[in-house]
Amino acid sequence: MNRPHRLGLAPLAMLAAGSLLLAACGNSGSSSSGALQASAPGVTAKTITIGSHQPLTGIAAPGYDEIAPASNAYFQYVNAHGGVYGRKIVYKYLNDQYNSSITTTDVRQLILQDHVFAIFDGLGTPTHLAVAPFINSEKVPDLFVASGCACWNAASSLPETFGWQINYIREGKILGAYIASHFKGEKIAYFYQNDEFGQDGIKGLGYEIPASQVVAKEPYNVAASNPAGEVGTLTAALKASKAQVVVAFAVPAFMALLRLSELSLGYSPTLVSSDVGSDPITLAGLLNSFAKKSGAFGSGLIQGIITDSYLPSLGSSNDSWIKLFTKIHSQYLPKLPLDGNVLYGMSVAYTFVQAMLKAGRNPTRQDLVNAVNGGLPQGVSVAPYAYSATDHDGITGAYMAEVKNGVLVPLGPTQITDNTATGPVSTDSSTQPPAPANGIP
Amino acid sequence: MTLLRHAGIAIIAGVVLLVLSSKLDSYRQYQLAEVAATIVAVAGLTILIGVSGQISIGHGAFMFVGGYATALIVMHLKWNLALVILASAVVAGVAGAIMGVAAARLRGPYLAGATLMLAVALPAVAYQWQGVFGGDQGLDFTVTSPGFLGVNFQLTEWQAWVCCICALIVLVLLANVLRSRVGRNWRALRDNETAAALAGLNVGLLRVRAFIVSAACAGVAGSLLAMTMLNVTPGAFTLALSIQLLTAVVLGGLGSLAGAVWGGIILVLVPPFLSNFASSHGLASASASLPIAGYGLVLIIVMLAFPSGVQGGVRRLLGPVAPAATAPVSALGRHWHGLRKRVGGQDVGAELTTTKGVDKEGFG
Amino acid sequence: MQEFVEFTLGGISDGMIYAAIGLSLVLIWRGTRVLNYAQGGMAMFTSYLALFVITATGSYWLGFAVALASGLVLGAVLERAVVRPTLGKPPLNAVIITIGLLILIEGVAGIIFGSKNRSFPAPFSIVGAKAGSFALGPGSSPTAIFTAAAVLAAAGLLALLFRYTSVGLRMRASAFSAPVAQLMGIRVGRITTLGWALAGLIGALAGMLVTPQTFLYPNSMDSIFVLGFTAAVIGGLDSPVGAIVGGLILGVVLNYVTGYVGSNLPELAGLAILVLVLMFRPSGLFASTATRQV
Repeated sequence: MNRPHRLGLAPLAMLAAGSLLLAACGNSGSSSSGALQASAPGVTAKTITIGSHQPLTGIAAPGYDEIAPASNAYFQYVNAHGGVYGRKIVYKYLNDQYNSSITTTDVRQLILQDHVFAIFDGLGTPTHLAVAPFINSEKVPDLFVASGCACWNAASSLPETFGWQINYIREGKILGAYIASHFKGEKIAYFYQNDEFGQDGIKGLGYEIPASQVVAKEPYNVAASNPAGEVGTLTAALKASKAQVVVAFAVPAFMALLRLSELSLGYSPTLVSSDVGSDPITLAGLLNSFAKKSGAFGSGLIQGIITDSYLPSLGSSNDSWIKLFTKIHSQYLPKLPLDGNVLYGMSVAYTFVQAMLKAGRNPTRQDLVNAVNGGLPQGVSVAPYAYSATDHDGITGAYMAEVKNGVLVPLGPTQITDNTATGPVSTDSSTQPPAPANGIP
Repeated sequence: MTLLRHAGIAIIAGVVLLVLSSKLDSYRQYQLAEVAATIVAVAGLTILIGVSGQISIGHGAFMFVGGYATALIVMHLKWNLALVILASAVVAGVAGAIMGVAAARLRGPYLAGATLMLAVALPAVAYQWQGVFGGDQGLDFTVTSPGFLGVNFQLTEWQAWVCCICALIVLVLLANVLRSRVGRNWRALRDNETAAALAGLNVGLLRVRAFIVSAACAGVAGSLLAMTMLNVTPGAFTLALSIQLLTAVVLGGLGSLAGAVWGGIILVLVPPFLSNFASSHGLASASASLPIAGYGLVLIIVMLAFPSGVQGGVRRLLGPVAPAATAPVSALGRHWHGLRKRVGGQDVGAELTTTKGVDKEGFG
Repeated sequence: MQEFVEFTLGGISDGMIYAAIGLSLVLIWRGTRVLNYAQGGMAMFTSYLALFVITATGSYWLGFAVALASGLVLGAVLERAVVRPTLGKPPLNAVIITIGLLILIEGVAGIIFGSKNRSFPAPFSIVGAKAGSFALGPGSSPTAIFTAAAVLAAAGLLALLFRYTSVGLRMRASAFSAPVAQLMGIRVGRITTLGWALAGLIGALAGMLVTPQTFLYPNSMDSIFVLGFTAAVIGGLDSPVGAIVGGLILGVVLNYVTGYVGSNLPELAGLAILVLVLMFRPSGLFASTATRQV
């Protein structure tokens, strides 16, 4: 939808949007023209304040601390181009150091003291699980949790909470379907984080890969005192199982350690990775000191890793979304690299603005939740959203890709699936729309 | 007599807190609950370090035990609140006994190393037996205010009440213990272990007792925090927690219960204050690490300038108490130290003193 | 069998790294009777400095030298500025001050360098050696061998320092009893500064050896420090040889536990070893003769 900049045209556009809304979901929220009001806590005539908890320091910080500044960069872009119905978004994100007791304090401050309109992009499964019941009991919208746990899809017990990124079970299924068809008869081993991220991923893999092919399952503890030692030992076990394909549900640091251990051991299986651990820029950044010494060059150590992705590839410089985000990045976020985390942050912020615009001119908190419950049009993600009143899952699919020369190169069309053991993995028939010309939904 | 006096003070404080908590908003009530729970942990630790002379950089592990015990009991057994807290204290106390026995012969940095490893290793239990302990996600549960207060009673106010009442009870009990024979024996042990042994004190038993008491306090604190946050995860019981408890003990004033109160207040309120200060002055965009550097700086400055912590400063302000007699050990003296002998009578509030004799090892 | 060899060699190599950190703690303890909780943080900081030099000049060994030199300077400066005032005071003060230093250094590193995980070069290749087609694993790579050699050399030099040089003797005297040492004419202040400087150097060495596999970010040395401390305690805080032995025991056993039992249990195994050793030898395996109590 084109956003006219002059205030005079706004009411007309609102009427148009409003009637669409009414048609779509029978929403009785008022969408009349007129003055902007303080329609809810966190909403004033000039600003909308939202809050989040993020690991800005500590063990989870590397990489993930880029996400909130990236979202904020997109919000600043929107604010500079008219805002949301003329209101500027104020994004207040607090550091929880990935420690759930600090998360609890942070979220209470955001809701009870700062009176934010909504919680946005709360990061981490254990951290957000600690606060989701509280957020829901306060009836604050809890949008687009930054975690692929299937537990955010609980419309009856957590009605305010919505996921966004593809959840790990779906991802496992999509990876598993690819492996089952492309590596028939080969020995498969799993290398995964010993929490719901890895375990859900393995569950999804198990729905697609025949059990007879799986020769080893090596879980790692992310909080280990000596991660390199731990990964070295597990890799030796993987090697001993003679697996030809290793599927990894691991965070980037552990993916890098896996590659290094493989190098040390002289073990080179095909590596298939979840999207979480496969951002080429992050991985290459972790491995570049080893490239020369070990006979490989540059991004050679990550060449050929197979993965999935639910956002356009950063290597597709002609993609309209990448062009948009590149522009915003160079203007608002020049100090950070344009990597997977920044892409994630901007994409989820875009989705939030989509929801805010749909919520109406003077939204209440319930209006925002209704907006998402009514479904969101596909935007920056390659697959449709699942959002409905009963389904709070976000992105439903991804495309398989290979890391080539430091970027993701798609291997095939987007695949979509569901969370169940028997639901099929099928090719997505819808197409991703291009980015809006002015960058605002 | 002492018991009555302490109880009296506690009751007055309790009434004040009850009135105060009803005037606070929900967020402040939550913070009050946090502060009260933390004071319990810091009080136990200050007894261990300041009164019995043993160091621990691992008390977060006992909070972990108490917190998880509470979560499991609430989820599976549905006992009443007082019983839950008591049970958590007992479980943590048992853990403290085990550690105390294992560490009974350890001194200084060796004890520090053992407790450090305990703090790092124990949360791994939650990852290993995920079916019971919930693994990385931890355990969620609910707590409701009792029926007689009415259905609409603010949960945070109830949580603040529970934490404050427990903190007061624990402080009264600790104050009594400190004035009792056990307390005096601990101080004798701290000041000169050899002399204490020669005088017939059972050194090992005393040391274990101190561990049990301080671990039980940490267990209560873990239990109270669990009930306030309604959630326990292993990520909440990191080594950093144990280190923070230690710094709170010293910042507040070592060896004194009043110091423990200060320490709890500082530990809960200062870090968010520093964060908010940074972000309201536009510094947060520069770095989220600024509050961390700030806390480190505060620690160093306080230790250099006010080694007896806040409580020491308060006491100096409120008027000189009979100073501990100092006897310069030698003409070499000033640079290196005075051998401070303790003059009897000063118990609660006394600073840690060590006889820096030729053999004594430090805490490391 | 191959797995066993890989685990063992990997464990030895890990153990050498723990020993490196343990050695710096032993040095400071034996020389000054203070345990430096900021040792890991200092090593992290010197590693950042090294990384800048390496990136700017392209020379690993120049960065290596800069790390060691800055470790020396950092140790001396911190001792004079912050630790010296605690001498003679209750030992808990020094504990808190070094903890405060650790927090401060990590905070400052976060402010200056950011939280980004940076790749850090290893001195040599990390590809493990092969005996025919039998791979020996990461513990047999040129880097691992260099690590072991460097750590053993440092331990040997330290042992020689303490036992055979007058500087070492003066250090031990100052730690044993500062007033008496002063009476004997020893400049206790200078000796303490020297001890911290040397410990800073060894810590910086440990940082250079460890950081390739932990990646570099402000908290990168935290958990390895715990293991290094444990290694030193197991071996006895007065003994450089003890740090090596403690490190080796810890490294190998933890690796076996991870490999054969499960990846959640190594820390518990470490705790068990520590408690077991300390129950029978409360001052570590290589403790010097028990001090007189009366």
